[in-house]
Amino acid sequence: MLCDQCHERDAVLNLTQIVENAVTQLHLCEKCAAERGIETTVSMPKHPLGEFLQAVQQQALQVPGDAARCAYCGTSLRDFRASGRLGCAHCYGAFEQSLRDLLRRVHGSAQHVGRSYQVPNPALLERDTSLGALRAQLQKAIESEEFETAARLRDEIRTLELTAR
Amino acid sequence: MTLDLSLLPDGGVPWLAASGEHADIVLSSRIRFARNVAGYAFTARARDGERLRVLAQVREAVPRVPSLVGAVLLRLDEMTTIERQLLHERHLVSKELAALEGATEARSGAAVLVSSAAAVMVNEEDHLRLQVFRSGFDIGGAFQAATKLDRELGGEVPYAFHHEFGFLTSCPTNTGTGMRASVLIHLPGLVLTQEIAKVLQGLQQMGLTYRGLYGEGSEVVGNFFQISNQTTMGRSEDELADQLTRVVRRVIEQEEEARRVLLRDAGYIIEDKLWRAYGTLRHARSLPADEAMNLLSGVRLAVGLQLLSGLSVYTLNKLLIFSQSAHLSLEAGRTLTESEANLARARHVRQVLASEAGLADR
Repeated sequence: MLCDQCHERDAVLNLTQIVENAVTQLHLCEKCAAERGIETTVSMPKHPLGEFLQAVQQQALQVPGDAARCAYCGTSLRDFRASGRLGCAHCYGAFEQSLRDLLRRVHGSAQHVGRSYQVPNPALLERDTSLGALRAQLQKAIESEEFETAARLRDEIRTLELTAR
Repeated sequence: MTLDLSLLPDGGVPWLAASGEHADIVLSSRIRFARNVAGYAFTARARDGERLRVLAQVREAVPRVPSLVGAVLLRLDEMTTIERQLLHERHLVSKELAALEGATEARSGAAVLVSSAAAVMVNEEDHLRLQVFRSGFDIGGAFQAATKLDRELGGEVPYAFHHEFGFLTSCPTNTGTGMRASVLIHLPGLVLTQEIAKVLQGLQQMGLTYRGLYGEGSEVVGNFFQISNQTTMGRSEDELADQLTRVVRRVIEQEEEARRVLLRDAGYIIEDKLWRAYGTLRHARSLPADEAMNLLSGVRLAVGLQLLSGLSVYTLNKLLIFSQSAHLSLEAGRTLTESEANLARARHVRQVLASEAGLADR
């Protein structure tokens, strides 16, 4: 059936209008329907690829955090779930919410109330922090495939590590 | 490297002295702090070079840490399996650090610092495991000494610390204070009167847990239990130490009461059983490790009940540790098979008891 409006394209939509008790039927093609402001999101035909993509999308929605990685050491939440061990101190920041829930389950509290601690020699930590920051940048550079940046960062880290000895 | 035990201050086991309070029931009291050095990935995730740098950083700090004066550094990554196992038998290193399960070699940078006051494991599951042992029931003393060590070392080496989560550890079960307070306690009275299940259940309700002689994953043998706090967060270090002290004091009372009941209701049966244990230890020609442990438990009870005199708790403590496989192998100068070790163990126990027998035989 051709479109009632343009008489050119195949009608894909059957529009039933009721105006002052008069019922009119309109058969419209996609383009003409769109021009009248009618959405034509016809349900996607069954297609193996479509189903696959849908499944992937759903999986991604189910475990949003699992693939998340600590930028400093590269440990993922999935690694942690498998081994029960965190990779580094920065993992506590990377997986903060999951850990808070876990700590509450394990200890009945997620708040340290014991002795506080001040790092003794800030100069020492400054070096460590910048080393940590560089490692985080390196990880990001590798992930976004900026290999030149990554190589430069790697050299900087090596130099810093050597002077740390 | 050959392990020279004479280098170790007090053999690394001054707590064997049985000098503390209730030493016949409580072998040792221990405080452990789990710490990580800021700026490095945790041990399992760290590369060889990082672990070596952690070790270097700690080593460099030692001269400025009074609690570690005279400390000996033992590199587990340069030792044979027998040597590593021996340190584990002395409770100086964990099974993991000594690589006694699965792995055949200790990871690079695996080490332990031993002073007369403390032991510090390096590159265990956490970079640092600070431990202080005390003879007998003395959680308070161990806690004071361990806190002092922790402050001193933490003043030289930057720890990983988070304002909300506290001291950061590889396993979240240690996060917060990173503190484990424990006692190694001998409870044959409660086992024989079948009260033990109730007591252990009670512990769990109080937020404590129990394990075998060698801690996590070890079996309960010879009525020796390790009782410790279960959680490390949400309560201060002092509260954790006080809680353990209070509960263990109560457990000691219950054990003493059980012993009184045993003597009152089954005096001669108990006496006969314990003398038989002593007789076997004095004369056996082959002693498997578990059997030796159970017999030593019986003799320890006999000494505690004053049925057997002339034998010191110190000697029994030494037998408990020094009659284990790695100790026997090292003495023999080669790795003994199990049956060889059983023969060597029986010989060792006979010799030690004969030299102290004297009055006990009458």
